[in-house]
Amino acid sequence: MRDLSPETEGSMSTAPHLAHSPPILTVQDLTFSAQKTVLLNAVSLNIREGSRTLIMGPNGAGKSLLLRLMHGLIKPDAGTITWKGRANASEARRFQSMVFQRPVLLRRSVFANLSFALGVHGLRGKLKADKIRAALHDAGLAHLETRPARVLSGGQQQRLSLVRALATDPEILFLDEPTANLDPASTSAIEQLIMKASARGVTIVLVTHDQGQAKRLGEDLVFLQDGEVAETGPAQTILTAPQSEPVKAWVDGRIYLGSKAGY
Amino acid sequence: MIKTALRALATLLLAGQLHSAASADDQDFIVVQSTTSTQNSGLFDHILPKFQEATGIEVRVVAVGTGQAIRNAVNGDGDVLFVHSKSSEEKFVADGFGVSRSNVMYNDFVIVGPAEDPANLEDADTAADALRKIESAKAPFASRGDDSGTHKAELRLWQAAGVDPTGASGTWYRETGSGMGATLNTGTAMGAYVLTDRATWTAFGNKGGHKIVFQGDPELFNQYGIILVNQEVHPHVKSGHGQRFIDWILSSAGQAAIADFEIDGQQLFFPNATGGAS
Amino acid sequence: MDSFWSALLEALHLVITLDSDLLEIIGLSMQVTITAVSIACLIGLPIGAAVAAFRFPGRTFLAVLLNAMMGLPPVVVGLLVYLTLSASGPLGPLGLLYTPTAMIIAQTVLVTPIVAALTRQVIEDLNTEYAEQFASMGVRAADRLAALLWDGRYALMTVALAGFGRAIAEVGAVIIVGGNINHVTRVMTTTIALETSKGNLQLALALGFILLVIAFAVNAAVMALRASAVRTAYA
Repeated sequence: MRDLSPETEGSMSTAPHLAHSPPILTVQDLTFSAQKTVLLNAVSLNIREGSRTLIMGPNGAGKSLLLRLMHGLIKPDAGTITWKGRANASEARRFQSMVFQRPVLLRRSVFANLSFALGVHGLRGKLKADKIRAALHDAGLAHLETRPARVLSGGQQQRLSLVRALATDPEILFLDEPTANLDPASTSAIEQLIMKASARGVTIVLVTHDQGQAKRLGEDLVFLQDGEVAETGPAQTILTAPQSEPVKAWVDGRIYLGSKAGY
Repeated sequence: MIKTALRALATLLLAGQLHSAASADDQDFIVVQSTTSTQNSGLFDHILPKFQEATGIEVRVVAVGTGQAIRNAVNGDGDVLFVHSKSSEEKFVADGFGVSRSNVMYNDFVIVGPAEDPANLEDADTAADALRKIESAKAPFASRGDDSGTHKAELRLWQAAGVDPTGASGTWYRETGSGMGATLNTGTAMGAYVLTDRATWTAFGNKGGHKIVFQGDPELFNQYGIILVNQEVHPHVKSGHGQRFIDWILSSAGQAAIADFEIDGQQLFFPNATGGAS
Repeated sequence: MDSFWSALLEALHLVITLDSDLLEIIGLSMQVTITAVSIACLIGLPIGAAVAAFRFPGRTFLAVLLNAMMGLPPVVVGLLVYLTLSASGPLGPLGLLYTPTAMIIAQTVLVTPIVAALTRQVIEDLNTEYAEQFASMGVRAADRLAALLWDGRYALMTVALAGFGRAIAEVGAVIIVGGNINHVTRVMTTTIALETSKGNLQLALALGFILLVIAFAVNAAVMALRASAVRTAYA
């Protein structure tokens, strides 16, 4: 997209060229409760088109929930989600993909898994087959084409689910801790695929706990604490010089006990 | 894989269709509602091929108790009724479901029981006497209890004996609610007396220690009748073919076929069609 | 035990001599049951999967109803189908009573709830796993159903087997609607009932052995297929 230069691993800058890009997705006063517990409270944020936005925070902060709400898998109790300036209609999901922490692959071959996803998007015949082969080739999975998807290694399975998510040419890709269960090599392979997609202009929204990964991939960062936005801004700034107590605690590896703790 | 499965299924369905289509087009068969005694003894296996050879008409026999056979015929699920309970048959005709009734043949009922004969039925003079002996000895008696021709005959005999066994139901009087064969299986297993037609007993393969302990009273006479189901009530009834079957079985050829059916050299049914329609 | 062994010998004898009546009866048993189970699967699989995968009013009621209908006594099903197909019944003019088709209908009625109820249980677990992914991909309802059924196919074979077992062993319904007519509607189970009523217990038991062997062979074949699928993680 536009003049985005090819990113390399470890690139850290919050791309200045994105400063003026319009939000592709806007969250306004989002609130969600379950069993009388408020899990997200009046969350507002912008996802800029073409950006890589990290959602971080300790366990139970509401990161995965926020991701699912943005993707439209769950309906909020209150607040709005706007997709390209319009209320997030269900058609918007056609232009979105999501990769879950644990890959959900069909009980079929690698090829058939991609074929199913592309079939949902209306692709048929040779066009579809060509696209599948190209995607597998790009991800280095071509030799596994006929293999049952569920006998692949964990890393291969997650790579396949990422390839599947990207095969439908989404405008935005949500990832929920995609490398949480993977070894360093597999993690690196996933990150490369994410960076390639980003370079093609796909907006990335990534939930992660991994500070290294955050530094490698992050542009924007939203930090959640107890269902509220604690801090938001350029990833590098927040991670190197946090302003709020929760983020300071998190960066130091302490458990933040909250403003009320100790009283 | 799906395609293979679907193709296999289509083939199966098609096979089923052809089968039923053949049955529907090929009108050369009739359904006869009859009783287990005629079927189980093997009588039909003996006479029906002769009829089919003579006329080309296939006879499909549904063998159930007389009571159920009559109900099925009332519903129109058969062309001919061939059972053994004269009063019920006459009622069937009187109610308009049957055209007319003819005597076909008879055999007789016998009482079978344990060889040691605890109630001493072998000394009885009449069937009524025999049943009274069973009652006073409180010897187990297995009744059909299923509204069949044999069951109706049994109830008639109890009435003649002046005994109402239904009060003892569950004690020495046991109603199996099943067919003749099942009741005989039960009776031989529990050492009970059973009223059965001679044909079924003779052909029965699980006699155990049982034998005939009482026979020969004219009261035990068992008449079989045949009736054409009334086409005016059930228009689909194949009157022509049904009547041909009735005509044949009442003819000398049919009567001879019944007479020469034997098991172990013993004639089981005695044609008596000369009595004519009643 | 004597009669047990002689029944086994008799069964062997019947099989070795390829008794033509026996072959006809086995053939009809298989045709009726396989057709009935196939139709029951065509109806029951989508219903069971839909109850498992979709939220709709009356869903719980339907699930309970299907489970309850699994216990339908065959005689009751036989009577219902008899009353429907009887010359005096609503479908009397079709002339299906006392034909193999009537037996197929009765067994289909008997087996469909079993297939649907067991399918619901199998698909429910699979749906829990797939639901969020499918929602994310925007898979349409019909495609979701098809995908769940296809991916559950090996587990669902056991469901079809349960239906097959019930149908092939069933006598109460088919004897009422088929009439146990020689060379027309006589199957394994009605023959066993008939031979029992004739007191030919050995022959009845011998036929029972043959039925058991057929059921065993069908089950073994399906289980082997499933085991190979498990190795490839397709099941």
